[in-house]
Amino acid sequence: MAISEAVTVSPPLDDRSLYLRRLIVRGLEGGNRGHVGSSMSPLEILRVLYDDVLRYDPKAPDWHERDRCILSKGHGCLALYALLADKGFFPLDEFDRFCCVDGILGGHPERGKVPGVEASTGALGHGLSIGVGMALAARMQERSSRVFVIMGDGEINEGSVWEAALCAGKHRLGNLCAIIDYNKIQSAGFTADIQDLEPLVDKWRSFGFATTEVDGHDVDALKNLLLRIPLEEDRPTAIISHTVKGKGIPFAENDPKWHHHSNFKPEVLDELYRAVGGRA
Amino acid sequence: MRQTCVKMVHELAKKDPRVVFIGSDLSPGLLSAMKDEMPHRHYMEGVGEANVIGMAAGMAMDGYLSYVNTIATFITRRCYEQVALDLCLHDLPVRLIGNGGGVVYAPLGPTHLAVEDIAILRALSNMAVTAVADAEEMVRLMEATLDWPHPIYIRLGKGGDPVVSRAENGFTIGKGIIMRPARSRGQVLLISCGVMTGRALEAAQILGQNGIDCEVIHLHTIKPLDEDLILERAREAHSVFTLEEHTLIGGLGSAVADLLAEELGPDMPTFKKLGLADHFAKQYGGQDDLLEINGLQPHQVAATVERMTLQVRVA
Repeated sequence: MAISEAVTVSPPLDDRSLYLRRLIVRGLEGGNRGHVGSSMSPLEILRVLYDDVLRYDPKAPDWHERDRCILSKGHGCLALYALLADKGFFPLDEFDRFCCVDGILGGHPERGKVPGVEASTGALGHGLSIGVGMALAARMQERSSRVFVIMGDGEINEGSVWEAALCAGKHRLGNLCAIIDYNKIQSAGFTADIQDLEPLVDKWRSFGFATTEVDGHDVDALKNLLLRIPLEEDRPTAIISHTVKGKGIPFAENDPKWHHHSNFKPEVLDELYRAVGGRA
Repeated sequence: MRQTCVKMVHELAKKDPRVVFIGSDLSPGLLSAMKDEMPHRHYMEGVGEANVIGMAAGMAMDGYLSYVNTIATFITRRCYEQVALDLCLHDLPVRLIGNGGGVVYAPLGPTHLAVEDIAILRALSNMAVTAVADAEEMVRLMEATLDWPHPIYIRLGKGGDPVVSRAENGFTIGKGIIMRPARSRGQVLLISCGVMTGRALEAAQILGQNGIDCEVIHLHTIKPLDEDLILERAREAHSVFTLEEHTLIGGLGSAVADLLAEELGPDMPTFKKLGLADHFAKQYGGQDDLLEINGLQPHQVAATVERMTLQVRVA
């Protein structure tokens, strides 16, 4: 089945996906702003990583043997916060202070401020290089830790991403996995119009990555794939995860205008909550 | 200085397992002995400075002490956002070794002249900015880098610079050194960094022969600035001059000017910055040629100081 078909037949979002989206909307309400579409598209990727794949201990976020997960597209941070809060890294009521002066959850994630956040991201194109360094550190220390780096499709316009990809390929970093949240929309519009990335699979493959595609909202498919990482022992993995920007919010799906939103009207907030099954 | 610096990375790596070397695209065989001895701690990653800085940050997050080396312009301007965010925001112990600080690469033209490196790195929180005077002082700096928990920029000179530093003065990051004391109050105070300290000492000697008492402070660390030492000596000085191989905007002179203006107010002594004019280099030649064009050779510095000192005294 072609991936484009797979996306169209994604299974409906289950209760857990809807619950995690309610946390995101709670954050949008708390901050009265946020990257709506950008947080909804990578949510199932993060859900499967934190539910089924990563090794970590919320009570010891700095546990040396843990797997590292970097959300390089830091503007999608509400999705990461949803998983970290759900796993107990910090209390759920932090969502009510998203972007607020007395909160720890900023509009982009910060290492050292938010337990469980591995790198301060937000400026795009930084995460993969940091991940390369972490993967090399694990190799030097003979640790079995793996490093997952989630990037946006607009983000990989940055040249630094491709510098890092060259480097990861050269070092044959089997413990590094790059995941592209390929929702086909960047801030200014559709990636096909702004900066076309195709043929994207071929690009990553040519940089030395074992590359595959997945429906980024199919939890079973994601789990089946991510539990098999690395795809090849001596090569980094790249996963082109086909997603829908704004997934789960019908009026925001595939609409570039919902990349970021602020000053929500009460009725819009009600619609957002209604889409994800009610208030958290 | 450059050879000493990179050899010191190997020496430090022998005694500290955290030490890693990362180069971009440097001379063939650079640190080959280290590469042979500890191949997994020697990296040469090609022309991709943004990646190299991020990579060093990732290693530092997991316990390594990375010494990153390339040409000064490329390790500062080219990857400034990576330096600002990956290193400084995370406050990581990564060391940036910049070859050819100032006008060392004069024959190669403006693309290779690191004349604003101090200014732009000094503006970044958590970054220490260093410029030692000679190879022997470089050894002392490198030894001190092992225990400094924040990012450090290490500005390299051309190499073969006369040794003017002295071991008995010791070395502490952030502490200035009085290289030539004043004979009495009311002295001219000349504050310099990097290889310009050698020229400052020569200028002071000329001034001394002409009857002007010139004290010289060497600031091998421009940030954090040794404010106590500067203020203590400036309070006794008749006039204060700064001397640097750097644009007049934002470097050593600006740091000292800010301090004196804020702390001494109306009691601030006469002050003058000596450095590179605010334009891209218009000529090639050598380092000494560009210093001469900018009036920064010892006899020129002495003449400027003497002229201004006399003007002030007459007024």
